Amino acid sequence: MFTQIITILIFVSIVGCILYGRRLIKKEKIDAVFGNPERAKGGTHWIIVGSSAILLIWLYYSWDIAKGFYPKSANELCQVAKINESLLGLKYQFPIEEREFKSTSVIKIENNNLRKITLEINNSKDLNTQQKSNLINFVNKTSRLIPLLTKDELMEISTKIKLKEMTDELKLLSSNFKKKDYPFETAVEKSERQKAILEEGGWGITTVKSGTGSIENTMEVPLVPATNRGLKFDAAAQELKIISDKFFKLKNHNPQFKNSIKELKDEIKLYRDNLNETEEVASTYAKNILKIARRIEFASIYPPNALNEMQNAIVEFDNLQKDEQGGLRLIDILLFPAGTIVASGPSCSEQGSGRWLPKPSDTFNKFILMSKPSVGYKNIPLLWIDMMDVSKIIGFILPDWIADILPGEYPVHNKDGFVKQNFKGHVLKIVTGDFKLFKIPVPYGHIWDSFMRVFLGLVFGILIGVPLGLFMGLNRFAKGFFDPLIELYRPVPPLAWAPLIISVLGIDNTGKVFLLFMVSLSIMIISARAGASGTQLSKIHAAHSLGASKKQILRYVIFPNSLPEILTGIRVAVGMCWGTLVAAEFLAGTTGIGFVENVAKKYFQYEVIWITIFIMGMLGLLFDVTLRKIIDKTIPWRGKG
Amino acid sequence: MSDLISQNLNMIFKSPKGEIIHALKDLNFIIKKGELLTVLGPSGCGKTTLLNIAAGFIRPTSGNITLGNNEINGPGVDRGMVFQQGALFEWLTVAENVDFGLRMKKEDSTSTKKKVDEWLEIVGLKGFGNTPTYQLSGGMQQRVALARCLINDPELILMDEPLGALDALTREKMQSLVLKIWKETGKTIILITHSVEEALLLGERLYVMAPRPGRIHKEYHLPFAEMGLKVDLREIKKNKEFSSKREEILSMIWNMEEEIMGKDN
Repeated sequence: MFTQIITILIFVSIVGCILYGRRLIKKEKIDAVFGNPERAKGGTHWIIVGSSAILLIWLYYSWDIAKGFYPKSANELCQVAKINESLLGLKYQFPIEEREFKSTSVIKIENNNLRKITLEINNSKDLNTQQKSNLINFVNKTSRLIPLLTKDELMEISTKIKLKEMTDELKLLSSNFKKKDYPFETAVEKSERQKAILEEGGWGITTVKSGTGSIENTMEVPLVPATNRGLKFDAAAQELKIISDKFFKLKNHNPQFKNSIKELKDEIKLYRDNLNETEEVASTYAKNILKIARRIEFASIYPPNALNEMQNAIVEFDNLQKDEQGGLRLIDILLFPAGTIVASGPSCSEQGSGRWLPKPSDTFNKFILMSKPSVGYKNIPLLWIDMMDVSKIIGFILPDWIADILPGEYPVHNKDGFVKQNFKGHVLKIVTGDFKLFKIPVPYGHIWDSFMRVFLGLVFGILIGVPLGLFMGLNRFAKGFFDPLIELYRPVPPLAWAPLIISVLGIDNTGKVFLLFMVSLSIMIISARAGASGTQLSKIHAAHSLGASKKQILRYVIFPNSLPEILTGIRVAVGMCWGTLVAAEFLAGTTGIGFVENVAKKYFQYEVIWITIFIMGMLGLLFDVTLRKIIDKTIPWRGKG
Repeated sequence: MSDLISQNLNMIFKSPKGEIIHALKDLNFIIKKGELLTVLGPSGCGKTTLLNIAAGFIRPTSGNITLGNNEINGPGVDRGMVFQQGALFEWLTVAENVDFGLRMKKEDSTSTKKKVDEWLEIVGLKGFGNTPTYQLSGGMQQRVALARCLINDPELILMDEPLGALDALTREKMQSLVLKIWKETGKTIILITHSVEEALLLGERLYVMAPRPGRIHKEYHLPFAEMGLKVDLREIKKNKEFSSKREEILSMIWNMEEEIMGKDN
């Protein structure tokens, strides 16, 4: 419903905006001069056209339009796909979509192989005359096998009857398929089917078992036929499958062929057994000839005209089912671009753009589910708020040794089994956060975790990097002492450090924060150093002759003067940290946006992958815009001094 | 007795190529309290080096320089400096720039505020206290630099081509301002310039310096600065004596420049 409205709205807005734009172009004077830069200014309507077009392409190629307007189409196409799958094996044997019978091509190929092997044997220098004559004898016997299969008069009556039976079954299926009430479903069957449909859910439905915190079960395409047309195709597909299996089991092996091939096998076996080690070449040739004979045995080779009737029956049915598809074929062509629904074995799936390009509606649905604290992703929502007692925070901040250094002993239980608290015990309770205060909301979730990692890594990097960088920019010793250290670790791609750091510091926050700290540290040091050493000498001279001390010059002149560089450094560091974090979360972890994407990748959850990509883009943008705002506010003099 | 006395001042640099440059050679001079000295010379004659030594930013290779019996061996509050580009702290407002020195000395904030207002009025920037410095024009920036230097009440004011980057009109106004301040405060001022006119107009005494090695080539005692306090500066420029002095000095510097060029080629 929602998709339908949006699609129509998009169409209307695109057409409306284009018309409006055309009218504007005719009226505006600036448009008269080609190349006038004024022409490129403004034009919200063109922005609407552009973004609507992107949305429309997304809706179309993710097959969301098909889902919105014909929700049952996937299910019906699945049933059609089932028939196609069953027919595929049969069709392959006949010149329906191929150029020739499978028998013809097998005979062509094997005759060719036999000719090649004859030539090789005759020209071989490793074989003596005796061996050559033996091997050529085997080749001749093998080539004599083929006529035994293709002679009409040698074909057994029972085989003929079986072929006739199959043909009749196909014809019966065709005539039944035309009928409206095929497959003659009983009321009981129907109610069972209805129940199955309800249980299965719709196209792309996400089932969430309450309390599991998992959205891993997505029904890509519902399998049980939900429409009468679908039911027809489903039933026919099942019948076809049986016929097809029967056909492949059937072999045109008459007694003469059976005897000949048995003889040939025995002869070759005997011949190879009697060869000694020096005659290995002859043995290999004999083995290859036997392989060709086996291939002839297992290929379904029939006399030239024996399968004609069956072929006609298959073609007839194929045409019939195509006719029966009717409008569905049009929907398949128009609304399922770049792919279709494909059946394989027990399931149907989307194959093509609809598979990896998630439908906007599904994506939105999953995003809501992932954001819900009751579902989330791996039990953790994207971003939510938890009520946390302030005592926990106090306990985290206050170190536990405060209680340890107090005089006295911790309370010991008495013989009645009670513990009487003393002062030291009370203090311990406070410093470990074992008490109750008021609660405050604290955010948590994947997004929050990723954000906090970047934030902490960045803060530590700034707190250590900026003073160190300033120090290095002002002091020869510091520059010389720290430079080799930083220049050694900085050029290494941060991700190259990740395996080491994660295995030493653990897959949780510590390792990642440290990794990001490393990333931001080098950037902050370099930018702070550049800022400090780039201070104009005249400003420092001025400060000196105004009576400022070294400390004051550092605090009031060098630091504010390096602020533009430092803030630019922070902006660069945020980008680098963000990129590194996601990759580090790929490597290992239990929370975070990168972790979500990595897990989604393993289960081919394309919607989730796209959601994470979108979130990362939005957060990156948010960081950058915020920082740009901060930079504009803090250093308005930049570039104007 | 806070005269600036220089005795046998020598400054020798080593260029990156290893050449020895004699920036100043055997400089001897005395500048009495309340004098306004202008220093003129072709580029590379050691004007700025002399000023930097007087300010204490660099130390002479030999010889000594004293201000009122104290040897100069580092920057100090008794010597204020005004730079060519102002060297203002652009992250601070005008008032914050002006009271920088007083804040560094942690002086009483109310008296500081009063002083700032006074000085802003003297340099003609009344009401600009809260303006960010990066929004000021070049002339206004120099006014702030002057006020910032003078509020510290230094004994000696060193000006390194303070008006060099200004347009002609602003420059003239600023020249009057410098003269006015000199008269009103009675400070000793050393002003370096590359404009002959400015040197003549402002200098009570004028040193023309010659390069390689840097030395005082000629000394003039001039009446124009005194005149400038009463008459319009443009009137003085029309003065015959002024014109002849200007021509004399110009040809002197021209000869020096030619000599250098000849040496180079």
